[in-house]
Amino acid sequence: MRLYAAVAVSGFKRYATYRVATVAGVFTNTVFGFILAYTYTALWDERPHLGGYDLDQALTFVWLGQALLAAVALMGGGFQEELQDRIRSGDIAVDLYRPVDLQSWWLATELGRALFQLLGRGVVPMGIGALVFELRLPASPLTWLWFLLSVVLAVCVGFAVRYLVSLASFWLLDGTGLSMLSGLLCLFFSGMILPLNVFPGQLGEIARALPWAAMLQVPADVFLEERRGAGLLGAFAFQAGWMVVLLAAGRVLQSVATRKVVVQGG
Amino acid sequence: MDDLIELDGVEKVFQVRRRAGLMRRERREVRAVDGISFRVPRGEMVGYIGPNGAGKSTTIKMLTGILVPSGGRLRVAGIDPSRERTRLARRIGVVFGQRTTLWWDLPLRDSYALVRRMYRIPDDRYRENLDRCVELLNLSELLDVPVRQLSLGQRMRGDIAAALLHDPEVLYLDEPTIGLDVVSKAKVRQFLRDVNAEQGTTVLLTTHDLTDIELLCKRVMVIDHGRLVYDGGLDGLHAVGESERTLVVDLEQELPPIEIPGSRTVRVEGPRQWLAFPATSSAAPIVAAVADGYPLVDLSVREPEIEDVIARMLHGGRGV
Amino acid sequence: MAESAVSTGLRAYVLIVGMWVRSTMAYRTSFLIMTLGNLLATGLDFVAIALMFTHIGQLGGFTLDEVAFLYGTTSVAFGLADLVLGTMGRLGQRVRDGTMDTLLVRPVPILAQVAADRFALRRLGRIIQGAVLLGWSLSRLDIDWTLDRVLLMPVMLLSGGAIFGALFVLGGAFQFWAKDASEVQNAFTFGGTTLLEYPPTVFGKELLRGVTFVIPLAFVNWLPALHILGRPDPLGLPARIGFAAPLVACGCCAVAGLAWRAGLRAYQSTGS
Repeated sequence: MRLYAAVAVSGFKRYATYRVATVAGVFTNTVFGFILAYTYTALWDERPHLGGYDLDQALTFVWLGQALLAAVALMGGGFQEELQDRIRSGDIAVDLYRPVDLQSWWLATELGRALFQLLGRGVVPMGIGALVFELRLPASPLTWLWFLLSVVLAVCVGFAVRYLVSLASFWLLDGTGLSMLSGLLCLFFSGMILPLNVFPGQLGEIARALPWAAMLQVPADVFLEERRGAGLLGAFAFQAGWMVVLLAAGRVLQSVATRKVVVQGG
Repeated sequence: MDDLIELDGVEKVFQVRRRAGLMRRERREVRAVDGISFRVPRGEMVGYIGPNGAGKSTTIKMLTGILVPSGGRLRVAGIDPSRERTRLARRIGVVFGQRTTLWWDLPLRDSYALVRRMYRIPDDRYRENLDRCVELLNLSELLDVPVRQLSLGQRMRGDIAAALLHDPEVLYLDEPTIGLDVVSKAKVRQFLRDVNAEQGTTVLLTTHDLTDIELLCKRVMVIDHGRLVYDGGLDGLHAVGESERTLVVDLEQELPPIEIPGSRTVRVEGPRQWLAFPATSSAAPIVAAVADGYPLVDLSVREPEIEDVIARMLHGGRGV
Repeated sequence: MAESAVSTGLRAYVLIVGMWVRSTMAYRTSFLIMTLGNLLATGLDFVAIALMFTHIGQLGGFTLDEVAFLYGTTSVAFGLADLVLGTMGRLGQRVRDGTMDTLLVRPVPILAQVAADRFALRRLGRIIQGAVLLGWSLSRLDIDWTLDRVLLMPVMLLSGGAIFGALFVLGGAFQFWAKDASEVQNAFTFGGTTLLEYPPTVFGKELLRGVTFVIPLAFVNWLPALHILGRPDPLGLPARIGFAAPLVACGCCAVAGLAWRAGLRAYQSTGS
């Protein structure tokens, strides 16, 4: 446990050294925040209370999305490229023989990275959004706490999905195509482009049940206090459920891959 | 003979900004190259050595036109490199030891075809040069292998060939033998000697391996802190620094320190002993004396480390 | 001399692009997935817009068909620039790992080498998507096809591509100074095309002035498209202002060219 804490700290520190990249990312998040805020304003002007949100909630959703984009790695990134490079170069064989668990090790670095990016890339865009637009910030400090818990679960679900995608590099030789595809699906089905509660009919029901919903839609609903009481418990159960299922799937795939490496010698 | 490379008081100054505390930033000038002058005649093979950060790479980058000097005059084949970088590029070849210019996922052959078209090499010249490189560097079986499947040594040979297809007048080599196995090193050295002898290509190489210099270069230049501190033969360098080679002797059993005139035993560890002797003298008489007087299992000669030689030279003799 | 630099540059660009296409084909499965992914990329963006229109009839006074027209035009223009120059964003990476130096010792212009670096044929996906949607919208829109409107179509797409291309080069040049700042470029390129997918009437006047007079993204499709669709400009600019797009594009390219030279010179004096 001590080891993984140290790994997480080093993940945090590593991203903290990319100062220019962080500032550049904040700038880009802010620009996208403005573009989406204007389009949502036009949309909610036409249909107030669309998807059960009022305009303020919709705008809050926009800026939450920008604030969480880097932390939850909704477009992919983080450990993914590095792990894929190690698989491609064969260095992964070394990792597999080390006395640490591969999945836990990478999850720890991801948690460290996510914490830095939540602070470094989330706070400023959210602050700018709150200055320019009227956002619905939670009144109760307890909601902030639930929100943070939900974000941690979101990071874990996001990690589990991308871990599966990265492991595909064992069979695909060049995994960047799949990573890109996974990033695009994530943007769409997390609600980043359009909140999932605006998705109509069956499509909406399916989208809200998929793991990507756990990465932005659910934390946003917790933040907006759309999920309270039993609903809040349901939200956490939904996120935790996907987390467990996907992490377990990652373990299975990892052991299959390990056998492949052992047999083929990397 | 005309001078192909001319440097007169060449300088390169970098502005380095460093964080000094939370908000404050310090500006500092770093003189990476601090007034260097030398000439290299056409057809010479020169070693350019020095500790890490001494200014070797900066010099090479200025010679190739990658960096603009802050002061002084610099000419390669009569061309000012930074002003006419692309014109110069046709006349020089560059090999960066650890950065391949070959196409990772494609066969070696394809990378050479690109070089041919990029440098507009006439067909007959290209074929002739390629054939020669393939033969001398043993590349014939590698030509259709994707570069990613080549070993480090094979890739380095491939890179050197790529740098020579357009008949450059000067070849710059940045650590050409770093990380290579013994066989690859030998092949690379033999090839460079041939190219220099047969094509008259001028070669400037940086290295951490003194054997490279010993086997290839009559002349060696040493740079330290941006200044040229030595320019002459390798023997002279050893003489100035009184550097020593080491004979490692494995005996059949533990014995008291070996005593042989012309050497001194510097270390004893069980049946293994280390004998130091001047780098300028031959190892043969000492080896013969040891073999004669002691029960020998194995022995090997170690060249002095380049850093040691330079450090000794800078500090005047043995006192390091 | 300048003319020969352009021709050697183009020639080298084509040569290097050819190498990357062959490299890509070494991983055929991945290439197919990537191309599919790229088709999906723009596809999902438009699906989101179409989902909005399941709730509303108009957005900012524009119908779905008109928004599809805007979407298609900016996607084609952006797709062209992205295909030709999209990997300029990796320049910072090359500066960081030192491989920039290997480009500088070759006898061809750096811009051509950097632009062709990691050329990705899969980016055709975005152009195809945009073209399909553009065709779909044209089949449904009732446009008064006067000669100048017909002419304006190709002019708009090519100028738009050039404006985005200039932004890619500017973003690349910026990374000579700030090697970790590739994200800034995304704000203007990917952010720009997202902006232009929506009707200008959705956005505030300040933002419109900014993208008309400062970073002239409005000339990519908004201003020409408004004329083709027969709609007035929200800023009250004359209807035929869209015809200025080629001039604006030339201006952008000139600025980008100067920035590129300055960036390269800065790199050659600092080497990092």
